[in-house]
Amino acid sequence: MARIDLDLAHAYRPNPQSDADYALLPLKMSFEDGGAYALLGPSGCGKTTMLNIISGLLQPSHGTVSYDGRDVTALSPQARNIAQVFQFPVIYDTMTVAENLAFPLKNRGVAPERIKARVGKIAEMLEMSGQLDQRAAGLTADAKQKISLGRGLVREDVSAVLFDEPLTVIDPHLKWQLRRKLKQIHHELKLTLIYVTHDQVEALTFADQIVVMSRGRAVQVGSADALFEKPQHMFVGNFIGSPGMNFLPARFKSSGVIEVAGQDLPLAFGILYQQLEAAREFTLGVRPEYVGLAEAASPGTLRAEVQQVQDIGTYWLLTARVGGQTLKLRLNAQSRPPAPGAEVWLQVLGAHTCFYGRDEQLINVKEGLAA
Amino acid sequence: MQLSLQGLSHRVGAAEHLYPMELTLQPGVVTVLLGATQAGKTTLMRLMAGLDRPSSGRVLVDGQDVTGVPVRDRNVAMVYQQFINYPSMTVRDNIASPLKLRGGLDRAAITKQVDALAQKLHIEMHLDKLPAQLSGGQQQRVALARALAKNAPLMLLDEPLVNLDYKLREELREELSQLFASGDSTVVYATTEPGEALLLGGYTAVMDAGELLQYGPTAEVFHKPASLRVARAFSDPPMNLLPATGRGASVELKPGLSLALAAQGPVTVGLRANALRLNAQPGDLELRGRVELAEISGSDTFVHVHSEVGELVAQLSGVHYFELGASLSLFLNAGQAYVFDAAGALAIAPERLGR
Repeated sequence: MARIDLDLAHAYRPNPQSDADYALLPLKMSFEDGGAYALLGPSGCGKTTMLNIISGLLQPSHGTVSYDGRDVTALSPQARNIAQVFQFPVIYDTMTVAENLAFPLKNRGVAPERIKARVGKIAEMLEMSGQLDQRAAGLTADAKQKISLGRGLVREDVSAVLFDEPLTVIDPHLKWQLRRKLKQIHHELKLTLIYVTHDQVEALTFADQIVVMSRGRAVQVGSADALFEKPQHMFVGNFIGSPGMNFLPARFKSSGVIEVAGQDLPLAFGILYQQLEAAREFTLGVRPEYVGLAEAASPGTLRAEVQQVQDIGTYWLLTARVGGQTLKLRLNAQSRPPAPGAEVWLQVLGAHTCFYGRDEQLINVKEGLAA
Repeated sequence: MQLSLQGLSHRVGAAEHLYPMELTLQPGVVTVLLGATQAGKTTLMRLMAGLDRPSSGRVLVDGQDVTGVPVRDRNVAMVYQQFINYPSMTVRDNIASPLKLRGGLDRAAITKQVDALAQKLHIEMHLDKLPAQLSGGQQQRVALARALAKNAPLMLLDEPLVNLDYKLREELREELSQLFASGDSTVVYATTEPGEALLLGGYTAVMDAGELLQYGPTAEVFHKPASLRVARAFSDPPMNLLPATGRGASVELKPGLSLALAAQGPVTVGLRANALRLNAQPGDLELRGRVELAEISGSDTFVHVHSEVGELVAQLSGVHYFELGASLSLFLNAGQAYVFDAAGALAIAPERLGR
């Protein structure tokens, strides 16, 4: 197991000039020994490039990759001692399940009794103990991919196990079971796991730390909770959550008052607003889950008109208009929603409200909004 | 336009792809065809379009029998999963092609319409590019713009967003619902995702294994599934289904655990994931268990619990962490439970506030 440090940038073409020429912009990042990480982002964000640089399939055009402080930039995946699991099963059809699982160990000359014990343990974790003597050829795609996962996890001495969208071929109904398996296995084996996906559920469920990527940049590294509660960048606010965070233009007006979507809001709650004053113009961000219906003209609320009321089954989704801006809010399925056209007062200032500067980065209001 | 299917079925060899069905689509709104892969959605759409001939039954458009009229003689627009565009034509020419084909429009009028459509779908800056120079999301926008340019009274969309990233899907779905809301066309939209059906609204036809199970306003079908099969097809996460015994005035999940609901004999109790809570309210039933996994989607956490009455999934708003294997109690109000009879038909549905 290893701690992995990246201090690099990557461009697929020589002589990168502007940001757009980089697949990965200059970044410095560490993956702690034994941690479970996900690289999450839309297609083209650079997550697969980053994974391939970590594994050694790709050499970065600038900078270095280190494993436990040792520069491995020029080393092949094999020399880096990593295991990889890909989107599609990579197994030997003519071998049995047990032989497939044993293969990476046999290759390294591990003693037969040690192999037997390890294969037995991995098979048990993946609930394949009963299939060990079966030939892989006759198995379903799901079972084959389970073997691939097992082969990735079977060696104890690897520096890290890297996964590239490994659940793509898995039937949706079985996905959660495999997510659970992976999580359990991480707890038991304490391997360093790095997992690439564009699926937020997979990333947030599997990883302790999620690296959210956009246009070649890692915009936030944090827990699921941190990404949801305090997105460091507006991209994360929008990307995590369905629907994503609401954003409203705002500015500092005068001492004790900010203007949000054209309406004045006194800074109640005794917040420390020096940063907002310094920023002058900024964006207020609040998640649909945290916009509440409030009493008319109560502190921290905006007057709005309900535009659309959608019954999403397990909750109501309201779309409201506030001074030319659109705001979405989620209401409990058991509550009685207002009708389209109704005037409502929406709570937008509260403990969960975030503010963003013109660079789209979180303005870290000290102590937050102590309600 | 009014599309009616009468006794429509489709057989290939000995295999029944579509069992005889009756369906009259609500005109001017979107009809969602909801079902898993192999449910018969694409087969049904191909019959609606005239791409295939039914084995039996008739397709009526505004009361007129069009069964057997080939697709080129019908006015139908289609959008598929894959982004299909003319690769050698610019985006502008792609969108303009149905307008040119239709004839009767001069160049200025065509340019004007293409510009308006491109603007609606946010691709106006790409009009002079070739499809291959665009991202997947942009290519699908071009295909959608071309379908809209046809201005056909019937528009068929077969899982049009399935190959896009989820955030892009969210964005495009919302734009599409707004375009459909104009009510000019009858829109049929196939999806495998219950959540997508609910977001699109309109009417939903639930399909399973070649059968049409239920048709009605989308939210109504969701809240009052006529059968266990519909409840299974129209739930994500899956509805929790527990075998139980009706004892007259109560339904027993297991000795000592009963819900105050009227039923007799063997039944199935259905619990939506959001009906299970972590905090007890007066009159709640407590279901004890241990945590199997907490799946986090961002807006919601889905906790899988191995409970004393079976496997359960609870939906909680926001991000919550649970230790694997930790003991956990879920709470439930009898008023939020569904009951299905021994034949799988809906016997009791929770009452709804709001609508």
